[in-house]
Amino acid sequence: MLRLGLGTAAAVALLVLPFWVPSAWQNLLITTFYYAYLGQAWNILGGYAGQLSLGHAAFFAIGAYTSAILATQYAISPWLGMFAGAALAAILSLGIGYLGFRFGLRGFYFILLTLAVAEICRLIALHLPLLGGYTGLFINYTPNPWQFQFQGKIPYYFIALGFLAAGSGIVWLIQRSKLGAYLVAIREDEDASEALGVDTFRYKMIAYALSASLTALGGTFYAYYQYYLQPNTVLHINHSVDIMIRPIVGGAGTILGPVLGSFLLELLGEFSRTYFAGGMAGLSVVIYGVLLIIVVLFLPRGVYPTLAHLMRRRRPGRAA
Amino acid sequence: MILLRVTGVSKAFGGLRAVRRVSFDLAEGEMLGLIGPNGAGKTTLFHLVSGFLRPDEGIVTYAGESLVGLRPHDVCQRGMVRTFQIARPFLRLTVLENVVVGALERVAHRREAVAIAEEMLELTGLADRAGSMGHSLTLPDRKRLELARALATRPRVLLLDEVMAGLNPTETGRLIDLIRAIHGRGITILLIEHVMKAVMALSQRILVLNYGEVIAQGSPEEVVRDPKVIEAYLGEDSAGAEAGAKE
Repeated sequence: MLRLGLGTAAAVALLVLPFWVPSAWQNLLITTFYYAYLGQAWNILGGYAGQLSLGHAAFFAIGAYTSAILATQYAISPWLGMFAGAALAAILSLGIGYLGFRFGLRGFYFILLTLAVAEICRLIALHLPLLGGYTGLFINYTPNPWQFQFQGKIPYYFIALGFLAAGSGIVWLIQRSKLGAYLVAIREDEDASEALGVDTFRYKMIAYALSASLTALGGTFYAYYQYYLQPNTVLHINHSVDIMIRPIVGGAGTILGPVLGSFLLELLGEFSRTYFAGGMAGLSVVIYGVLLIIVVLFLPRGVYPTLAHLMRRRRPGRAA
Repeated sequence: MILLRVTGVSKAFGGLRAVRRVSFDLAEGEMLGLIGPNGAGKTTLFHLVSGFLRPDEGIVTYAGESLVGLRPHDVCQRGMVRTFQIARPFLRLTVLENVVVGALERVAHRREAVAIAEEMLELTGLADRAGSMGHSLTLPDRKRLELARALATRPRVLLLDEVMAGLNPTETGRLIDLIRAIHGRGITILLIEHVMKAVMALSQRILVLNYGEVIAQGSPEEVVRDPKVIEAYLGEDSAGAEAGAKE
């Protein structure tokens, strides 16, 4: 009952919140939801299946560029184009997965493979005239909801929130299914999973394709929120780190991890910018980094699992 | 009926010929012991049979079908499952979740898998640990969890790799009873074992491996009197082993 009440209160708060806060805060909330969504997508592969990808920027960019090009060159609505982008991202992920998993790349070697592919994508994008090269790709602003373009921030707020809700819903379903149980087993011990009948190759491929295509959908949102795509931003390794850092800080392999991680990092970033910017150049980034190190050092499994553990201990009588 | 047939199987690692032209049959319902000194190739043979390694030569058939080239999950799906010498529980999952993973081999839905898992935990005496995390289990419980997980895949053949290793005599006795009970359910068992008390108590037939080759096979009583086996494995003072046989 208490949980239901809290849930309803939170839902109502989220629905009225954008109408009450100033524009800068709307932006902060949109970014928070949107990175939480991307983190949720990364979480399927990285958190549940335990295959760390440092190249999710590639799938993100495929989603962003595909829907943008389809809309600007072929007049196809981004609402449809986003699924084309998701399909392309899935195809790329299956290619990388086939190479990596067929030849048994694990741990660091898989990470390096994903990183290398993203870098190759960045270099290709920089030299492809169709994508605008170094100049980047501009999207003309024509406020038309069918073109995924809106006036003001509030529509974006609800779309970002919708993305997050849908992404979290998908992860929730995975968690309760055979797929989820198998992914977690693979993360814990691949050989033991194989011995118990888990087709580890097939399930890693499924996780990769799901994760990549959901990430690509997020790329479309970005394209029509920023109206500008540049390879050194969207395809940079920093962006891959941005995608993975939130679920890792919040708690990889948990459904609330990416959400909590995104809120914490966004607040942390905002806090360090507000209070330490303006003085020494870059000080805010240093503070952000130090705070990040503290979180990772003291909560190595992420914030959410630690919190959940503390909560359980404070509720006597429920300990088994 | 012959369930598992191994014919002339060899495997070399570089210059080391770990398994050399090994042949044996495992009949349905049988309990076959596999013994031999350390490095004799027992675990390699398990890897070859369960799909973790591909033989350099020779044939492995299960229920008449060749297993060569199949991956471990294919072998499991056909009804033959192995355990690991060093128990490998999923450390950050509960005991129940560990077994659910095995059960999902036969059923698609979690609810059915949980029911099977609970039954297997009951059978292996782990029911009261269902909610504990894998990493919190003691060694004997980890061994039981290996068994429960493997059994949850509903195997016809169970390959046990040194389940008794590291257990004290009381625990060994209990595990012997459990394996007898599993065998009593009609499951065919091939077990690698160093603990002679367990081998003698459980095996209907014993296969002895030394330097990758089969040096003897037969009933437990024949094998422990075989001079080659005594020389290679049991040692000259094998009275202890025979005493164990009579226990």
